[in-house]
Amino acid sequence: MAVDRTTVAHIAKLARIRIDAEQQDALTADLNNILSWIEQLSELDTEGVAPMTSVVEMRLPQRPDAVTDGNCRDKILRNAPETMHGFFVVPKVVE
Amino acid sequence: MTRLNELTIAAARDGLAKGEFSARELAEAHIAAMESARRLNLFITETPERALAMADAADARRRRGEAGLLDGIPLAVKDLFCTEDVLTTAGSHILDGFHPPYESTVTANLWRAGAVLLGKTNLDEFAMGSSNMTSHYGPVESPWRRKGDNRPLVPGGSSGGSAAAVAARVTAGAIGTDTGGSIRQPAAFCGIVGMKPTYGRCSRWGIVAFASSLDQAGPLTRTVRDAAIMLRAMAGHDPRDSTSVDRPVPDYEAALSGDIRGLRVGIPKEYRVDGMPDEIEALWRRGVQWLEEAGATTIEVSLPHTKYALPTYYIIAPAEASSNLARYDGVRYGLRVPGRTPTEMYEATRGEGFGAEVKRRVLIGTYVLSAGYYDAYYNKARKVRALILRDFTEAFESVDVLLTPTAPSTAFAQGEKMDDPIAMYLNDVFTVPANLSGLPGISVPAAMAEDGLPLGLQVIGRAFDEETMLRVAHVIETAAGFDAEPAFVAGR
Repeated sequence: MAVDRTTVAHIAKLARIRIDAEQQDALTADLNNILSWIEQLSELDTEGVAPMTSVVEMRLPQRPDAVTDGNCRDKILRNAPETMHGFFVVPKVVE
Repeated sequence: MTRLNELTIAAARDGLAKGEFSARELAEAHIAAMESARRLNLFITETPERALAMADAADARRRRGEAGLLDGIPLAVKDLFCTEDVLTTAGSHILDGFHPPYESTVTANLWRAGAVLLGKTNLDEFAMGSSNMTSHYGPVESPWRRKGDNRPLVPGGSSGGSAAAVAARVTAGAIGTDTGGSIRQPAAFCGIVGMKPTYGRCSRWGIVAFASSLDQAGPLTRTVRDAAIMLRAMAGHDPRDSTSVDRPVPDYEAALSGDIRGLRVGIPKEYRVDGMPDEIEALWRRGVQWLEEAGATTIEVSLPHTKYALPTYYIIAPAEASSNLARYDGVRYGLRVPGRTPTEMYEATRGEGFGAEVKRRVLIGTYVLSAGYYDAYYNKARKVRALILRDFTEAFESVDVLLTPTAPSTAFAQGEKMDDPIAMYLNDVFTVPANLSGLPGISVPAAMAEDGLPLGLQVIGRAFDEETMLRVAHVIETAAGFDAEPAFVAGR
């Protein structure tokens, strides 16, 4: 399944990555190269095979639904590019 | 006496126990070695003050008779492990200035055992690469040189800084992560030992996530014994990683008995790939001979879906990466590139913050998970992954371990294989299957190739049977007697 520049632009939009016009051509070529290579999986018959869901056979552990961490607002905010009054600051969302 | 920075972990441990030198002296020797190797670009962050403070604390513990498993042993940490208040970059521009407010479980386990942090090593951006060329902080140079050729070589990747630091005698041990071969392939390129434990053996908590169903932490060392010592300190159940297993951690060092009589070693015939150099094939045969001479039986086995492992990996790993890397949005940490709206800010931040290989993989991952393609690519890959695991499960009904080459070539020069992503991906042809199936694998340096560079052999074990795998690796190490040293050794 070949992808064109428009599809690459659409995927980049979905992935929230800005791509320059000149990057777009190179990426389209790269993606087509990689996709046609992984295409070889289609020659395998996987009818009736259940997709792998767990790497090592194990039952997922359960724990009580209790608060075990938190109360460290300032520690968390310390790495933020911009903060105000104990909040993360982002560009205006609502006019 | 051997220079302190050239000691193995086992030798340093014994020297510290006998009082031949202090942890502080050991740390000082390693800090000097680290500084003398700066032109190789091994570290993103050096932490000499912290190392000295940790070494002093280790000396104090030893005086009180409270020394742990790795007390006073300096180690290097791949810059993918979060270390509290120490810059953690994942080799990416997008994590600019990130100082984690917490410590990863594996590093916390190492510090609890008394180990000393030398610094954070360079790596491919987000561990995506096999050459260490994709780091935002520049490539790592291998301490090795080809015979009659002075071009700088890659150390392999993605744990390239860790592997090169161990080879250059800057540190006796380092930790890395292995998602598709990122510990074993650089270990083979650098002539050292690198082990990926069974998925679930080491906690992934606090490791910058790449592909969560494949990532596993492991040691890089110069001997199999040192790998055994380190794994014991790193491993263990962690309730904060739901895939971490609750099983006792054995004394792996005790498994190195040298006795493999009666053990059955499988030789997977599908690993004889087209275009494999004769000398790698010859080394593989020599490995078979070494194990037979030590009393093991070798049996040819078939892993029929081997050729589909790489394409399967290059669907699953990017799919998981595209999801894991969604968190880098410029809001809570790292780089922010301004935009008028939040979406513009996300796009600008991620456009500037991610390098070319990371972008390629996030886009591939987004594509294979998108509506209309999910079944054709992602679900298909998960089905093939089940078949690959079944191949191994069936093979392990008749054998105890598998023996294969680690990589299809020796190290290449910086800049080679850069134009074709697939040529780069093929480096991991022998290592990726163990990640897809969660099995433990170890690379042992076994010979020198014509071109004057090291070659490794890989042993793959049963899930959670790292002991048998290590025992076999130790026998190969002894038989191979690999003692070649790189062109650059710190402090000489």
